[in-house]
Order: sequence, then structure tokens, then C-alpha cells
Amino acid sequence: MLILEWVAVGVVVVTSVGLLIARDWRVSISLLALQYLAMFVLLLSHLPLGMASVKVVAGWMSCAILGMTRSDLTEILEDEGLWPRGRLFRLFAATLVGIIVAGAVPGVDAIMADAGLPVTSGALLLIGMGLLHLGITSQILRVTQGLMTVIAGFEILYATVESSVLVAALLAVITLGLALVGAYLMIASHSRPAETS
Amino acid sequence: MTFNAPAIWIALPILVGILLLLIRNARALSMIGGSIALALALVAQFVPIATALRVGNLSLKIDSSLTVLGRVMTIESAEGSLLAMIYGGAALWFFGSWAAVGAARIVPMGFMILGLLVASIAVQPFLYAALFIEMAILISVPMLTSVYRSPSKGILRFLIYQTLAMPFILLAGWLLAGVEASPGDLDLAAQSASMLGLGLAFLLAIFPLYNWIPMLLEDSHPFTAGFLIWILPTITIIFAAGFLDGYSWIRSSPQTILAFRSAGLLMIVTGGLWAAFQRHFGRIMAFGSIAETGFSLLALSLDSRAGIPILFLLIPARTLTLALWALGLAVIRDNTETLRFGAARGALRFAPFAGTAILLATLSTSAFPLLAGFPARLALWENLSRTSLPAAIWMTIGIMGLLTSAVRSLAVLGMAEEFTSWEAREDFTQRIMLTLGMIGLFILGLFPQTAQFFLSELPLMFEHLGR
Repeated sequence: MLILEWVAVGVVVVTSVGLLIARDWRVSISLLALQYLAMFVLLLSHLPLGMASVKVVAGWMSCAILGMTRSDLTEILEDEGLWPRGRLFRLFAATLVGIIVAGAVPGVDAIMADAGLPVTSGALLLIGMGLLHLGITSQILRVTQGLMTVIAGFEILYATVESSVLVAALLAVITLGLALVGAYLMIASHSRPAETS
Repeated sequence: MTFNAPAIWIALPILVGILLLLIRNARALSMIGGSIALALALVAQFVPIATALRVGNLSLKIDSSLTVLGRVMTIESAEGSLLAMIYGGAALWFFGSWAAVGAARIVPMGFMILGLLVASIAVQPFLYAALFIEMAILISVPMLTSVYRSPSKGILRFLIYQTLAMPFILLAGWLLAGVEASPGDLDLAAQSASMLGLGLAFLLAIFPLYNWIPMLLEDSHPFTAGFLIWILPTITIIFAAGFLDGYSWIRSSPQTILAFRSAGLLMIVTGGLWAAFQRHFGRIMAFGSIAETGFSLLALSLDSRAGIPILFLLIPARTLTLALWALGLAVIRDNTETLRFGAARGALRFAPFAGTAILLATLSTSAFPLLAGFPARLALWENLSRTSLPAAIWMTIGIMGLLTSAVRSLAVLGMAEEFTSWEAREDFTQRIMLTLGMIGLFILGLFPQTAQFFLSELPLMFEHLGR
């Protein structure tokens, strides 16, 4: 199981960095779906199979919602803000996040009732990469993916200390809600622009 | 006959909200929604919870608890007045949506948001509140922006900041339980306090995390955005007070008091000073509402026997002021397309009721005597000056900024071209509602004891605070 968990951490590294640098929405949504599979593996050490499945199904449904919505929209040139767009810059930023996470893992693992190094590493990586993603983009699809990544990381961490059915259900609803809100905003963003200052 | 309090004030509003989505007529929505909210407020105020009530041959009882997926939702009888205030305030907004053209969607969405936010107060353990607040935030996004209009960056920031609050609050809750188990662990206490502080900072949009509020008020419909900046901080402040009530070490810590006071003053001073330099009426309201949240935080920093009654006294004034302000802005925006100073210049000539309402609301937020905001701010000022004179002076600086924004608003609204005739373009409903709101501001300002009917029992909802 431990080996499987470390494999899941490896998948998390690939998907979260891939989400940062992928430019094609099909690739990024596929990576997000794969990320939920890795999350499922990491959750299995602390949650029963049924509850872990709820989270992965909610995540995949969210990916489907985002994908179906995006596929119906025409390609538009989206504003990325002032941040550098280069892949090298993003890789460099992701490396920095990775270093910070590596430094924080032992401390957080001790606080989180010895959740296990792979679980804590995976969760912190997702939170860190999600926050980085939120910091360097203003595209609605990417913001939604960033938020879903942060929440996924938090869910892994929180599952180690809280296994309430109500919390699991509400977090699944929130994941789906985020995807629905993201889909709504994506559709709206193809309408006429709002008043600007 | 037995009813259930969480079913009445949580499940029913959510169900009503879903059903109201089917209605398209704005006036029907406003009337139905306002009436139901008013009925819920009246039941909350006058029907006791967990006590049998005999009406003729009928015996009615409202149970206080409901179990959902192994967790309990509880609405105690002491919370009846709070529910009355929340649903009464919501009725005000829902009736007001009749007059605010294009704001009808706050009725169905507003009911769902209210239900979820009441659930956040009722859920046990109360730390799960963060999950319900997050769901309310997700529902509020479609309320703020139409699918036919490109969303502004303010909405994205609102979604990001409010969503980030949830993990911090949930983790803080878990850490706080650890602190209770081992009170001597100072590291754990510091970690949990930091988590809680960050969560509340995101949730309450504490400086510098409030930049989404002016953006929202600039780009979204002022009435829908106003509803959100009324209800979210109101419930969140009560949630924060719940933390103080639940954990004695937080309540008694001097650092907590200092944190609340510093955050409150930062909100008042930055809100007031930045309001003074804005050139957009929506942004002035945004900074006014930020200062309002600051006043509530300051009230929490006082000795709870004085602070908690002041905190509750701030709520009715905030409700009425923001509703009137938002309605006035909605009416002016309907006539000018934008709320920039350049476009709304001389608005008093073509929208005298709305213009006056905006001015009075701005003055009320600025603690102007005779208006609704004055009594609570005066009490706050008095108590604050006894605790810390520099803090009272900083509060004065913030209020001076808000007053400056009121004077600038008056200058711009009255600055019409020469020989422009007076022509009130507001319709009959708008005039009536704006006038009633302005009268309400004076009543709450001149006779603050009228609100005591709702407020006197409210501190009882806390076990330790206000006693």
C-alpha cells in the first residue's frame, strides 16, 4: 500500500505540474481527472472504500461538467494578466513550491496525527500547486481547476483527522458546485464584457 | 402537532428558493418572497422553540433539533430573535427587489443562501459551518452575474477568497479541539489561532483581502451585491462570536482582543479614507460596508458585556442602511447606466428620492447624529475610548473619511447643469420604498430603543459572551 501511495504522489506531481503548463483544455481536464484518481489512492489509507469513492466520483463528474461546457465554447484569446506565461517560468515556480512543500511535510505530518508522509506530501503538493495556479491566472477554467486542486489537497489532509459522512457529502457537493459555478462563468465569459473601471 | 425548527428555517427556505426559480415575474417574486420571509421572521419572533403552544384545541410544538447524516442541527429558543432579524432583514431586501429593476433573482437565490447560512449557525459542531457558508457562496455567484454578461474579476476574486476560507476554518476547528484536550501546548494554540485568524480574514474580507468588494459593487447590480455584503458579514460575525463563546482561552487571550481591535480599526480607517477618494458611488458603498464590518469587529474586541449588545445593535442599522443605499444606487444606475461621478452628476434633479436615500445612507454609516448608525457607533466610541484612547482616535479618522465621502457625494449629486429642471424619474413603488427606508433610518436613529424588542434576548444565544 505504501508503494502505491508513493506512486500516487508521483502522479500528483505530474498532474499538478502538468495542469500549470498545459495549454490545451483537453489535456488539463484529463490531468485533473487523473489527479482525482491519485487522490482516491491517498484517501484509501484513512477512509473506507465507499467514502473515498464518493470523492473520486464527485471529482470525475466535475471534470465531465467542465469538459462538456468547454467543448461547447469557441476558442477565445483569454487574458492571463501581467504574469509571465512561459512554461519555464511556471516550471521554476512549481519547483519552488515543491521545495517549500518538501520542507513543510515533516512538521505538518506531525501536526496531522501522523497521517503518513506520502499522504501529507500529496496533500501539500496539491494545495501548493493549486495556490500557485490561482496566483498566476485569471482564466475561468484555470481558476476553477486551481480551486479544485486546493480543495482536493485539503480533502486528503482533512480525511486523516475527520471521517464524518456529513463532511464527506458536503465536500463532494462543494466540488460539484465549484465545477458548476466554473461552467456557468465560462458560459458567461463568452457574453458581452462587464463595465470596467 | 410537532414541527421542526431546522426544517422551518433551513430546509423550507431552500425549498422555497428552488420553487421560486420557476417564477419569472419580478413583482410576483418580490411579493411572494418578501411575504414568506416576513412570515418566517414573525414565527421566529413570536412562536417559542421547544415549548408547547396551545392554540384553541391544537397543541403546537417546534422541536429544536434535526439529525442529518449523523450530525445534529440545533436552533435554540434564544436564537429566535436572531432568526427574526435575519429573515426580517431579508424581507426588506426581497420587497425592495420590486423597486430595484433587474434584481429579481435575489429572491430565489437569496432564500437558498439564507437557508444555508442559517444551517451554518445551527450545525453541531459549529465548525462545520464553513462548509455551509461555502455552499452559500457558490450559490451566490449566479446571483451576482448573469449568464448573458461577462463576469468581472471581482466575482472571481470573491469566489477564490471565500473558498480559501473553508479549509482554514475546518482545520482550525480540528486544531482547537486538540488545544482543548491539551491546554498547555502553546505551539498548538498558536497554530490553531493562526488558522482561525486566516479563515476569518478571508471570510470577513479583512484588510487587505477585501479588494473584491469594491470590484463587485462596481461591476455587479448594486442591489444583488448589496444583499450579499449585508448577509455574509452579518452571519460570519455571529460565527466568529461563536468561536469566542466556545473557547475560553481565545476569549480571555489579550492577543485575540488586540487582533480584533487592530483588524476592526484597519477596516474602518482604510474603508473610510478610501471611500473619501472614490469617484464611483458603488465603490463608496463598498468601502462603507467594509467600515461597517470594522465596527462589528471593534465591538467584538470590547468587554463582551458591552460589546455583544453593541454588536447586535449594529445589525438592524446595517441592514436598513445597506438596503436603502443599494436601492438608491440601483435606481440611479437605471437612469444613468453607470455609477461613476461623471455619469451620475446632478442625479438629485432627476432622481431626488434615490439621491437623498444615498446621502442619508452614507451619513448613517458615517455616524451622523439622528440617523440609524449613530446610536451604536456612539456606544462603541464611548466604550472604546475607555479602553484605548488611540483606538478611539483612529475610529474618528475613519469616520471623518466616511463623512468626507458623504459630502463629496452631496456635491456630485447636486451638481446639475444650470437651468436643469427638477424631474423625479422614480416610479411610485420606488418613491414609496425609498421614503419608508429614509423614515426608518430616522426612527432607528431617534428611537434606538425600538430595536430592543428584537435585541434584548439576543445575547442569550451565547453561553458565556454578554453575561
